[in-house]
Amino acid sequence: MAKTLTRGGASPGLGVDAAVAKQLLTDMLLIRRFEEKAAEAYTLGKIGGFLHLYIGEEAVAVGTTSVLRPDDYAISAYREHGHCLAKGSDPKRVMAELYGRRDGLSKGKGGSMHLFDRSTNFLGGHAIVGAHLPIAAGVGFAIKYQGGDQVIVCYFGDGAVPEGEFHESMNLAALWKLPVIFLCENNRYAMGTSVERALAQPEIWRFGQTYGVPSERVDGMDVLAVREAVARAVTRARQHKTPALLEADTYRYRGHSMRDPAGAVYRTKEEVEREKLRDPIVLFRDKLLAAGLLAEADVRTIEKDVSDRVDEAVAFADASPEPPGEWLFTDIYKEA
Amino acid sequence: MAAMTYREALNLALREEMRRDPRVFVIGEEVGLYEGAYKVTQGLLKEFGGQRVVDTPIAESGFTGVGIGAAMVGLRPVIEMMTFNFALLALDQIVNSAAKMYYMSGGQFNVPIVIRGPGGPAAQLAAQHSQSMETYFYHVPGLKVVRPTTPMDAKGLLKSAIRDDNPVIFIEAETLYSVKGEVPDDPEFLIPLGKALVRREGTDVTVIAYMGMMYRAMEAAEELEKEGISVELVDPRTLRPMDTETIIGSVRKTHRAVVVEAGAGFAGMGSEIVAFVTEQAFDDLDAPVERVTGANAPMPYARNLEKLKTPSKDKILAAVRRVCNANGS
Ligand SMILES: Cc1ncc(C[n+]2csc(CCOP(=O)(O)OP(=O)(O)O)c2C)c(N)n1
Ligand SMILES: [Mg+2]
Repeated sequence: MAKTLTRGGASPGLGVDAAVAKQLLTDMLLIRRFEEKAAEAYTLGKIGGFLHLYIGEEAVAVGTTSVLRPDDYAISAYREHGHCLAKGSDPKRVMAELYGRRDGLSKGKGGSMHLFDRSTNFLGGHAIVGAHLPIAAGVGFAIKYQGGDQVIVCYFGDGAVPEGEFHESMNLAALWKLPVIFLCENNRYAMGTSVERALAQPEIWRFGQTYGVPSERVDGMDVLAVREAVARAVTRARQHKTPALLEADTYRYRGHSMRDPAGAVYRTKEEVEREKLRDPIVLFRDKLLAAGLLAEADVRTIEKDVSDRVDEAVAFADASPEPPGEWLFTDIYKEA
Repeated sequence: MAAMTYREALNLALREEMRRDPRVFVIGEEVGLYEGAYKVTQGLLKEFGGQRVVDTPIAESGFTGVGIGAAMVGLRPVIEMMTFNFALLALDQIVNSAAKMYYMSGGQFNVPIVIRGPGGPAAQLAAQHSQSMETYFYHVPGLKVVRPTTPMDAKGLLKSAIRDDNPVIFIEAETLYSVKGEVPDDPEFLIPLGKALVRREGTDVTVIAYMGMMYRAMEAAEELEKEGISVELVDPRTLRPMDTETIIGSVRKTHRAVVVEAGAGFAGMGSEIVAFVTEQAFDDLDAPVERVTGANAPMPYARNLEKLKTPSKDKILAAVRRVCNANGS
């Protein structure tokens, strides 16, 4: 674990009880361990292709999902393991998908960038930057059309903001009043391009104002802050079909993908180390300890439990057979 | 049966399917209040209201994505492209999102959408508004591609496309909207996707064509009849999946084939048809298969040049005569 940063003093008003707090910490840790194991498996050659890790950004997916209902939808880009796990997918099946095995969520046909889970209303795993934003608007459209009160959370990176589809989607969601929460995970870089080098107006949340979409910036390293901001947006979306644009200020500790392990060309080591002082898991853990909501022993139990689950996931993926050759040609067309 | 225009047949198909299934809705530029740039959606807003006949701003990628998302969670959108030229702005959504969703999700999320509108050569609309667009789509596994030649096909195929559980690219033609023909009134009249039609029986040569080229080939066939050449005309109707069986069956009977297509020939539909005919029926052929295709150039505006761009009846006649005289028969 990274170096600890303690924000002084017990904070009695965390706004969550011990059970919720424990769950948030567990969920974040699960994602962290899962990603660490995935990185290991990648270096062993068990996972191929592009592997984009979510390490450092866990508070966003976990804080967000903690205020969603199971029948709410979530959709994401290709850095989506965390969003998928947070929404409730079985880590075994997620790992098996990364391994390209038949028990993977998408039968091994999608891989790391294309996780889908109908059972949790997780709508993917999309690897064309910006393309899933209009799709999210379409889900919002369908919710309204069907008279439902669900919402959809659409996670995307800062790199999607200069794309036309971001602007088309904001406009359509505002124009038609769709229950879509656009959640920009601003980790400051799109591959090696910093936000300042990509956006003439780099305060992403302000684009919401242009379209009349309620928007705010939130500390994406603070799981409780994310939770509260998303809760506000969800309430508006559920009750009034009002879309939202949230910008979560976050950071990825690893390279863009496993092929960019250091990420040292476009950012400094010092910057990365400095950002590690904001590690969302460390911060939250210390907060809970300081508030007396958790004891050291509880933390150890959680860590052990999470490690066991991830080990199980790895064992499951390892044991799962490759998809049979015939599957090359299945799931291309749905037969009536 | 009732005589109606191609446009009216499409309109009827939309109406019937919207009455039958509340999940079906129409979305696109000018489909509601304006009643369609080509009036295909005339009267729909009045009958079904704004929730099901949705006017969009000019944002092809955006509203195509909206359709895809809506389809993933249970609706059945019919997306109108004002013309298919503009579908290129949505090509990523169509190719990377719609066509691959079912596969990438391991069969969890299918995308039952129809994307429809006119495409193909039009009248003096120049390079950006007058081109054969099917080429961009039929290459893609996961898409179905339909080109309905007659009013009857327009109705029967559009209804099947709407009921299909996959993304269907349904390309009409500006030049055919006013063509009249007999159309069954039966709201359950459907033409299955993936089935070709022998439009004219003949014994000497198979001509494969669709849309405007089919009408031109029909005229050519009548003229050739007088010369003693009996032409069989096959209309694939669906380009993907292609009914190779019907085409091969016809070629086995006539032993000769000519493919006519409006688009520029290079890597076109004709290339594909020639390839599978040669692969599957080489021994049945008495002559090389010929292609009559659009010129390998963008569509010009000037009337005389435009005429040179698209296959003429004379070119079809010449090709058929060539293959029929080949091999000395
Ligand atoms: C349309 C498109 N262009 C380029 C790429 C290549 N690419 C993949 S990820 C990426 C950076 C995206 O950054 P961001 O949206 O900030 O997400 P992050 O990786 O930071 O989570 C790029 C350029 C792509 N996948 N899609
Ligand atoms: Mg980024």
